[in-house]
Amino acid sequence: MSALANQGESVRPTLAGRALGFDLWWLPRALVLGLVAFAIFGPLANLLIWTVAERWYFPHTLPLEYGLSYWAKVFSPRGVAWESLGTSIGIALLTVLFALALAIPAGYALGRLKLPARSLILLVFLIPQAFPNLPVYVNIARFFYDVGLNGTITGVVLVHVTHGLVFAVWIATAAFAAVDAELEEAARSMGAGAFRAFRDVTLPLAMPGLMASGIFVFLESLDEFTGSFFVGAPDVTTLPLLLYTAGAGGNYQVASITALLLLVPSIAFMLVVERFLRADVLARIGH
Amino acid sequence: MSLYTTDILYTLMIVSLSTLIIAGLSIAIAGYLTLGENPKAVAILRWLYRWPLFIPFIVVGQVLRTFLAKNGLMNNLLVAGGILTPLQTVSFLDWRGIVIAFVWKQTPFVTLLVAGAMASIDRGTIEAARNLGASRLRILIEIVVPQVRTTLFVGMVLSFVTMMSVLSVPLMISAQSPTMITADIAFRINAYGDYGVANALGMISLVMTMAVAILYLRLNLKEKAK
Repeated sequence: MSALANQGESVRPTLAGRALGFDLWWLPRALVLGLVAFAIFGPLANLLIWTVAERWYFPHTLPLEYGLSYWAKVFSPRGVAWESLGTSIGIALLTVLFALALAIPAGYALGRLKLPARSLILLVFLIPQAFPNLPVYVNIARFFYDVGLNGTITGVVLVHVTHGLVFAVWIATAAFAAVDAELEEAARSMGAGAFRAFRDVTLPLAMPGLMASGIFVFLESLDEFTGSFFVGAPDVTTLPLLLYTAGAGGNYQVASITALLLLVPSIAFMLVVERFLRADVLARIGH
Repeated sequence: MSLYTTDILYTLMIVSLSTLIIAGLSIAIAGYLTLGENPKAVAILRWLYRWPLFIPFIVVGQVLRTFLAKNGLMNNLLVAGGILTPLQTVSFLDWRGIVIAFVWKQTPFVTLLVAGAMASIDRGTIEAARNLGASRLRILIEIVVPQVRTTLFVGMVLSFVTMMSVLSVPLMISAQSPTMITADIAFRINAYGDYGVANALGMISLVMTMAVAILYLRLNLKEKAK
């Protein structure tokens, strides 16, 4: 019997419920869980309705007309979405490539080798996260403007890499630290070179963790708004910038469709993240 | 500079209030996940609370802007349910909207950290207190929370810093005066190319974050000295 039931007063609903063959504690539970569900899914449902609303204004509870004409408009061959989607995915892939090219050697060194001041180095990567990054982006944008990087894909990629590097390095370090060092030593003693042992033994074993860090950097880049707003706009239009301009112009349908495009990968990652980040890797992050 | 005093206080108020609400909610959710006795209800809550975890701020801004508006789904349902009349509805798109957006997005993150810390504390003391007849609320406040205090503070400081640098939410939910200094910085630069005032405001946001970080470090040191 539950500890709560020992307290005299709370024993009654349970006993009464037992008599009915039903646990009465489910009434308050269902009420609270229902409120939580409404707080989380209510706003998301509102977004979904907006994506298919043709006409919707005060004081109508639901849209007057439903339809997909805004989807057709957004995804027409000359529509804005394809271009932004292409730009966003291109930038995100370049960011992942760049960040992993730095994070794999750095993570290997930090996770495996006995480095002096190891925790200090890990902490240094955290610095951009420990300060509000908006004032930093403002000055990066000013500097990029002087050197001609403002409004270019390269400029936006560089900003996204500085932002994503901390996750990439921290997760890669944890992933390499979780691989048993003796396996690599065994390969070395069988005559494999240092690079071959790394490529054929350590890298495949660390792969799930590296995949997770790659996906994380990809999502961070896809969703990044502030840096792109200062460095990229108005020449480079990523999906978040398209969302912002459509929303600012009062076009809630286009803004909601763009938001939905950004929402799907984020939620998909939330649902599968535990498959990539196993507990033994997760426990080593930041250590 | 006095022009921006209101906005600075407004920012501090919004971010501090959001941090406190986030802390309260994450203790409540993580506490139920740790001490809850009905496995089904715990499983449902565990599945529910995480949804906003990776949703980008810009999407949160758009979603809540439509949800909380005078003609948003929230008011519409309250009207349809007979709780309000159309004339009584109010828009939440002011400081309340910003606080709601921050809380909506950051609570799962802090809850994830706190629930992880709660899962790893010694169950022995909890069981002992329970056998002595302590209520679950009392166990949560007097035994569980003190042991996860450090993790909770880390989550609060990280959330504070994140909220201090989010531009999309104040721009989308309430950009009219008074607004948050992040929106002021963006406006100074886009409208006037005025880096002087923008950087001064940026410095103020850095100082605010630093104050919180120092507060955290001092609490941490005191804890270690004990």
